[in-house]
Order: sequence, then structure tokens, then C-alpha cells
Amino acid sequence: MRAIRQLDPRLAASVVAAKLTALGIRRLGRGGGTSAPGLVAERIDPAMLTKLTARLRDGVIVVAGTNGKTTTSRMIADILDASGRKVVHNRSGSNLVRGVVSAVAGNATFTGSPRGDIAVIEADEAAFPAIVKLTKPRFILLNNLFRDQLDRYGELDTIARTWKATFQTLDESTTLIVNADDPTLSSITEGIRAKRLTFGLNEANHRLAALPHAADAAVCRVCGADLKYHALYVSHLGDWYCPNGDSARPALDLAGSDIQLQGVESLAITVTSTGQAGVPLEIQVPGLYNAYNTLAAYAVAHAVGVPDVTVQSAMRTFRAAFGRIERVAYKNRTLTLALVKNPVGFNEVLRMLTAETGGLSVPTLIAINDLDADGRDVSWLWDVDFELLADGDGLLGTTGIRGNDMANRLKYAGVPESRLRPLADELEAGLDAFIAMVPEGGVGYILPTYTAMLALRKILADRGAVDAFWDQ
Amino acid sequence: MQTLKIGWLYGTKMNIYGDRGNVLALAQRAQWRGIMPEVVELGLGAPIPDDIDIFFFGGGQDQEQVAVSKDLQGAKGEAIREAVEHGAAMLSICGGYQLLGHEYRPHDAEPLPGIGLFDVVSTAGPERFIGNVIIGSEEWGSLVGFENHSGLTYLGNGATPMGTVEVGHGNNGTDGTEGARYRNALGCYMHGALLPKNPQLTDWLISAGLTRRYGEAALAPIDNRLENLAKETAIARARKTK
Repeated sequence: MRAIRQLDPRLAASVVAAKLTALGIRRLGRGGGTSAPGLVAERIDPAMLTKLTARLRDGVIVVAGTNGKTTTSRMIADILDASGRKVVHNRSGSNLVRGVVSAVAGNATFTGSPRGDIAVIEADEAAFPAIVKLTKPRFILLNNLFRDQLDRYGELDTIARTWKATFQTLDESTTLIVNADDPTLSSITEGIRAKRLTFGLNEANHRLAALPHAADAAVCRVCGADLKYHALYVSHLGDWYCPNGDSARPALDLAGSDIQLQGVESLAITVTSTGQAGVPLEIQVPGLYNAYNTLAAYAVAHAVGVPDVTVQSAMRTFRAAFGRIERVAYKNRTLTLALVKNPVGFNEVLRMLTAETGGLSVPTLIAINDLDADGRDVSWLWDVDFELLADGDGLLGTTGIRGNDMANRLKYAGVPESRLRPLADELEAGLDAFIAMVPEGGVGYILPTYTAMLALRKILADRGAVDAFWDQ
Repeated sequence: MQTLKIGWLYGTKMNIYGDRGNVLALAQRAQWRGIMPEVVELGLGAPIPDDIDIFFFGGGQDQEQVAVSKDLQGAKGEAIREAVEHGAAMLSICGGYQLLGHEYRPHDAEPLPGIGLFDVVSTAGPERFIGNVIIGSEEWGSLVGFENHSGLTYLGNGATPMGTVEVGHGNNGTDGTEGARYRNALGCYMHGALLPKNPQLTDWLISAGLTRRYGEAALAPIDNRLENLAKETAIARARKTK
């Protein structure tokens, strides 16, 4: 039985205002209406988010990190849903404070009671401290910290410093679920009052020979020496140690191993907690980076207390978020779309696409925009290892506002000009020209940045190929 | 076969804004002409070989800049100045540019000494300049890049700017200058990466490097279709978003 709550007039007014704004926006057909309602609600009652989330029976889970936020928070939401909990989730990836307010208000009654037991909140790196402060989460998942959109977030050190300050405000009522393979996240979550649960990989295969160009130099936080690795998996994530013995990856509470990658289709991983039998997980998302996401989502479910069998079955039926990785049938071709938004994520997608043949064998379209949400600075393209695409015979089309920068990047990566097709900047024309490059009945890859993905998805949806994302 | 030796100063520490693209542009455009490039990384503690033809020095995060400033003092900085006096080419960007000046003065810490190759002083400014940049120059025509810096650089009497700002902020947002040049050494705030879409600047650096090694340079033309497309797009974008 839930306690009867006193009516809070300001809170109720904000919830109503947020809902009406969302309805208005949808009716005008301006898209999903994911953050304007939050703006309105915040003006009426700034404490709304705190009040609403405090009324959730099982509290709040905040998911943070450069890559994998959307995918892992969707996995977690699916698992919690399968466990019988009613989940509030900022599902369309609107992860600034306003988007979170919108999602929570959208799932509240007009009198200000949340319609749910637990919230899964995906937090943007810059908004993370504010979201933690406003929602007082019981669990915080920390996935990874990579270099991303320097024009927007600033340097990695700056984010690490502000996050550390946030962690120091927490007490034992919060559990941090930390990817210990990330040396920065490990270091900034040490010696704090909040509880910590660590996860990482103990994987015999799928190792990198050397730090990729995109990796930020990982240094020991004690003595400043360059870190070394017993095993390196993705960017600077791995079993790290300081050569002077001043720091090392902490013991893993949950370890992932026996990873099987099935091309652009699926993966399997086994998770072992100390002294327990391994739990095998299978999921329809590809690539080693998604093995980390799967492990992270398992770790959260484990911390919340969801039984393993529930996690296993929810994972089996999981479908990735819009554009993250999806297959679309269009004009008798199969198109695989995979979002690319920063060097580490892009590298992992390239690794996945070239793993089987050692080069690129499928026609591929890369769509690069430089709007605010993509990062206005395209110099990050020079940190991506496009050299992986130099081998093979797959044609490479480029489109988007900075498609020409991309074509030039590929030339300097050693891709022969005979395989390069700089297409129109306009995405619709670029897409049409690309479709003509894919044989009928064949397969093509499309790798767009964030706003290019939204636009391409809309073009494909308008032409009947896929549903709009906010209908999910 | 001719060779060209490229020294990448602090490549693993100072490579924050796709700076690797600049080294790649130098190496590829040499190679496409049958000149064998050799790239050596000159990290913390590594001595400066006396046969470097072109230096590249990129930007880094604050923590790394402190270690690099320390490493440059004494013999190492002396060797770099010496090489430039003898005709070596240099491109430095952001943090690298600042450390080749007299000093960099942060907000809340001791000034970081540079090596005084350029007669410039940099100080931490109140805001960050972020956006596309176009400059006009006599030697290289229009150059286009992207700036992201809070440091303000002021030229002394002994420094010549690389060019005049058309779009963006440049050295300090007030005097309309961008970058500095001394002999064949250049410093600026433009990344993007700068060289791949400004091929005339890349070739100028390669020519200077070859001249240092062989006394002359004759560069065969390269088809710059993709480079020019990227450059034109970037210029149009910069003019539109300014």
C-alpha cells in the first residue's frame, strides 16, 4: 500500500504544464517533443524532478559515460520491466536536465505522483552533476570516459574533476557501479563514502595490440607514469596497471569473459561474480563495445536484485535504440545503420565491419554533420582509424554538411580514390546516390553522426522504410 | 630516393584535436611524390636528433602541458631553436604554439616557461574562443581551420603573424592577427586538422624541409580535388556560421 500523499499545488501545476506542452508540440508535428515540456515544467516548479523522483518506490538509476549510455539504459529498462517493475525512462535519448524533467513529468499523474516504481535516467556528461543532485540516485552506472566533442564538453580532465566532486557529495545510500577497466573512472571513485561495485573484462580473445590513436594517454593518477596493460580491449579500457606499482585495476566484483562476436548481428558473454557459476548472456547487438554495455546492464540488474533468469530472457529479446545499430529494408536492399559520434565509438564500428574480411567489402555511406549535437569541430575524424578501410573493395560514399572533409580523410587514410564517392552534401540526394551504389538484393552500411542519423531516419521513415523513433 | 624526416614533438601527449592529421598530411604528400617520409616521435626525455626536417607540435590538456614545458627547458629547447635557425620547418598548434613563445600564464598557477622561439606571450583569457576560422595570408592565401582556446597570444616586435583573421578570433580576438612565423617555423590556433585541407601550406612545409636537407626542392603537382572540396566546404561553413 502506498501512503496517501498530500496534494502539492505547484508540483501538480508543473506536471500539467509539461504534459500540455508535449501534446501541443506533437500536434504541431514538430517531432518527438522531448525537451520543451521540461523547460516549461522547470519554470513552474524547479524542484519538480526532486519531488517526483523521491516518490519512486525503488528509486533512481542514473546511467553516465561517453559511449553506450542509451544502449545500456535501454537494456536496464527492459530488464527491470521484465522483473515486474514499472519503469520511468528518458527513452528517446534526451539526456539534459530538461529532457529528464520531460520524461519524468510525462510519466506522472496530474497530481504529481510518478506512474512507476523506478526511474532509469540517462545523463549527459555535462548535465550529470546536476541530474545526480536533483534525483539523489540509489544507483549510478559509470560506463566509460572517452574524448568526445571538445567544443562542447571541454577536456576529459575537466569532466573527471567535476564528476569526482559530485561523487564526494554522496553517502552509503548510493551505489556506484563502475567499469573498472577505465583507469579514470576507477581512480575518481576511490576513497568515497558511496558503495562501489566494479565490473570489467577478463577476456582471453578480442585484445588490441596497442593503444589506438583515439585513446587519451592514460596515466597513473599517483605518479604520472604512462599506464601499461595486461590486456587492452577498447580504446584505453582494459586490465591496466602502473609500471611503478602505484595503482592498478581494482579487483572485479563482476567479470565478463568467453565473448563470442557474430559479425553485425549479435554477441554472447559470460558474467562471473566472485565464487559463483558464470551466467551466460546472449543479445542481438554486435561488437565488443556492446559486450561492455551488456556487462554493465547485467551489473546494474545484479545490484538491484533482479534474478539472473529474468536478465537472461530480457537480454534475448532486447532491440537496440533507434539508429544505434539497426537494419532497414529499403528498395530491395538491406541497410545497416550504425550511429557514429566520437573516435572510440567510430573505431569500434569499423572494427566490427572489417572483422570478418580484414577490410571493407560492403558499400558504405558515411554521413558527417557539424551541428551542435554532432560537435561543430570535425577534427575528431582524424583520430579515427579509417586506415582499417584501406583494404577491401567496398565503395565509400560520403555525404552530410562535412561529407567532403570525410572524403578527404579517407584519401589520407590510404583508401584508393577509385573507391571514393564524394556525394551531395544534402542527405536526401546523398542517400539516393548511395542506394544506386548498392546492388539490388544487396547490403549497405550507413554510418551517420547524430543529426545526420535523425535526418536519414526521417527520410527513410517518410518513404515507408522505418517507424519514427518516438512511437516506440 | 629522397627522404624527409618529420619529428613529432610529444605525439602521444599533445595530440588533442586530431593533430595526427597534420603529420599524416605531411607524410602522405611526401610519399605520393616518391619522397620517403620518416616520422619519429620525440617524447618526454627524448633528445632532439640534429637531422629533423619538419617538426610538428600539437596541443594537449593542461596536466600534460606542465610536464612538456619542463621537458623543453635547457638543451632540448636549445636544440629546437638551433634547428629552426638552420632552416628546419615547424608547425605548432595551440598548446605547442604557446610553449614555443616566451611563456604561458594560466589563471591560477605559476607561469609555464616556453622556449622563446616566437616573440609572443600567452595568457589565460576570460572566455573560450570556439568556432571555424578563416585567415588571409600573403604566403599561403586563405587558410581555414577550427579554433578552441581560452589562451590569448600577443605578438612582440620580433614576431610576424601568419595572417589576418577573416572569420573567428585568432591570436587574441582583438588585434585581428592569427599565428606567428619565424623563419620556417609557424605557430597558430587552427586545427581541423589544418594541413589536410590546406594543401598549399603542407607543400610549403615539405618544400622548406626538403630545402633544408637537399638545398633545393621541386615538388611534383598532386591532384587536390578532394582537398579543395574539403577546403571550400569548410570556408563556406565558416562564413555561414560566423
